Amino acid sequence: MLETLPPAIAIAGGLLIGGAATLLLLLTGRIAGVSGMVATVVRIADAGPPWRLAAAFVVGLPLGAGAVAAFVREPNIQVTESVPLLIVAGLLVGFGTRLGNGCTSGHGVCGIGRLSLRSVLATATFMASGIATVFVTRHLVGA
Amino acid sequence: MLRASVPALIAGVLFGAGLALGDMVNPARVLGFLDIAGAWDPVLAFVMGGAVLASAVGYLFSRRLRQPLFGRSFFIPENRRPDTPLIAGAALFGMGWGLVGFCPGPAIAGLVYGKWQAWVFVASMIVGMGLQRLAAARPAARQSSPADA
Repeated sequence: MLETLPPAIAIAGGLLIGGAATLLLLLTGRIAGVSGMVATVVRIADAGPPWRLAAAFVVGLPLGAGAVAAFVREPNIQVTESVPLLIVAGLLVGFGTRLGNGCTSGHGVCGIGRLSLRSVLATATFMASGIATVFVTRHLVGA
Repeated sequence: MLRASVPALIAGVLFGAGLALGDMVNPARVLGFLDIAGAWDPVLAFVMGGAVLASAVGYLFSRRLRQPLFGRSFFIPENRRPDTPLIAGAALFGMGWGLVGFCPGPAIAGLVYGKWQAWVFVASMIVGMGLQRLAAARPAARQSSPADA
C-alpha cells in the first residue's frame, strides 16, 4: 500500500509538467510529447523535432526525476517483477503510442490543453482501456 | 540548433521533476488511479489537472506570438479529426499502461532510480515502436496519419 500524497503536492507536480511543456512550446515551438521524442531519438520517426532537441529533452527527464529524489522526496517505487509482463506492456505501449501518435504527455497534457478533439478522444480511450485492463488483472483473473 | 537544445534540456528536467514530485514515476501510484474498483488513488487526476491547466495557458500564449523564441515557427498539429489508427493505438497503449503502470515519460524518467524493471520496459517499448514502423511501412497497411505529438 502506498502512502497518500497531499493534493497540493500533486497539483504542484502537474503545474511543473505543464509549465515545462509551455516552456518547450514558447522557446522551441515544439509539443512536449515524450513518445514522439523517444521515437525521434532512436531514429524511427518520420516527422518530429530535430534530433538534438529531442535527445536533450529525453535526457532531461531522468535528471529532473533524480533531482527530486535527491532533494525533495525519495520515491517508494513499487512495480511488478514479472519480466514477461514488463515486455508485453512495453511492446503495447511502444506500438500503441506510435500508432495513435501520442501518449499521456502529447495527447493528455498538451492535446487536451489546446482542446484538440483527437487528443481528447485518445486520452479518453487510453484511460478507459487502462481502467479496463486493471479491472481484469486485479479483480477478475489475478487477485 | 544548439540554441534550441538548451531550452529543451531545461524543459525536460522540469518535466521529469514534475513527474517525480507528483509521484507519477511510481507505477503503483498510476495503477491506484486506474483501479476504480479498488482503493482508488486520485493523485494522477490532480497531477493531470495541474498539467493541463499550465499547458493550456502556454498554448493560448503561443497563439499571440508569431514564432517561438529560439525557432522559426510553431509545430502544432493542425489535424483535429479522429481516425481509426488514433483510437486503436490509444486502446493498445492503455492496455500496456494498465498492465504495469508505466507510460513513456515516467518510464524514461524512472530509469534514474536503478530499478531494472524500468530498463526492461523502456527497451521493449522501443522495440514496440520499431514494430509499428515496420507494420506501417508495409504497402497493404499503409495509412497516412499526421503526427500529433
